Amino acid sequence: MTIPLTVNGSPVELPAGTTVAALVAQRTSGHDRVAVARNGDVVPRSNWTTTELSPGDRLEVLAPTAGG
Amino acid sequence: MQKDRELTEELAPALEQEEATDPFSLGGETFTSRLILGTGGLPSLEVLERVVRSSGTQLVTVALRRVEAAAGSAMLEVLNRCGVRLLPNTAGCQTAREAVLTAQLSREAFETDWIKLEVIGDDRTLLPDAVELMDAAEQLVADGFTVLAYTTDDPVLGRRLADVGCAAVMPLGSPIGSGLGIRNPYNIALLREEVSVPVVLDAGIGTASDAALAMELGCDAVLLASAVTRAREPVQMALAMRQAVEGGRLARGAGRIPRRWLAEASTSMQGLPEL
Repeated sequence: MTIPLTVNGSPVELPAGTTVAALVAQRTSGHDRVAVARNGDVVPRSNWTTTELSPGDRLEVLAPTAGG
Repeated sequence: MQKDRELTEELAPALEQEEATDPFSLGGETFTSRLILGTGGLPSLEVLERVVRSSGTQLVTVALRRVEAAAGSAMLEVLNRCGVRLLPNTAGCQTAREAVLTAQLSREAFETDWIKLEVIGDDRTLLPDAVELMDAAEQLVADGFTVLAYTTDDPVLGRRLADVGCAAVMPLGSPIGSGLGIRNPYNIALLREEVSVPVVLDAGIGTASDAALAMELGCDAVLLASAVTRAREPVQMALAMRQAVEGGRLARGAGRIPRRWLAEASTSMQGLPEL
């Protein structure tokens, strides 16, 4: 079974029970110091492995970049 | 390019020595360089490294973006190798809510509670939204952040930001990336008198003389990005900015002469022969 989510603005289907940690592992190769927001709140790194994604979640997976 | 390297290597030791005699305190940390560098807009990591070294900066701004559009860990490795402290920004945020969340995400990502708070109220000018800025500043200070607030050149707003606990007030000289320099030097000088926290001229610097003027007006430091990163020769401009900041700082301390309407001869008229 999959659940519908929005990740970085795009609709995706992921297996039910996917954790934030699994999503991050899938998306962030080559990136260090990632941060995740879920439905407008920070998901602290310490909660990544225990936070399961829910249908309709809006996730932002962010990484450092150059900027003024 | 080769010339840049030679210039930097030749001048750096003397500049470092000079800068070390006049450190300044920001957010409880001491810096000897008074030039804060934005990293956006450079063509490669190699140029980034040379620009950072040439500028002598000890504090650089960085941002958070969706991972697909982000720079990758190599950028942080470069900055780490240069030994600079990172100052995450909230660039692109338009509301206090967005800015506070971005600051919290940055704290999570960069493991720092320092934040360059930027809340933009207008797409064309990228001018700060004073109301949202104050709201965000209060929330972030209460949440334990060291807030460096990018603001307009309004001395009253600057005072209010300092009053709620911002670690630095960072007025614009002119709109971000415009290179228009300091449009209202009077306001910058007034703002400097209004607050006791560091004042950092942030945004609008176009060339070295603008950075020198900021320091002459009493600013404690200058934050710039585009003026260096979008210059034809970024490494050379970084070195120019470094010297301009230092020159302006020295001039401020030296005490400039008053402006006069008419001339005052510098050669004595005494003993002038009748010819």
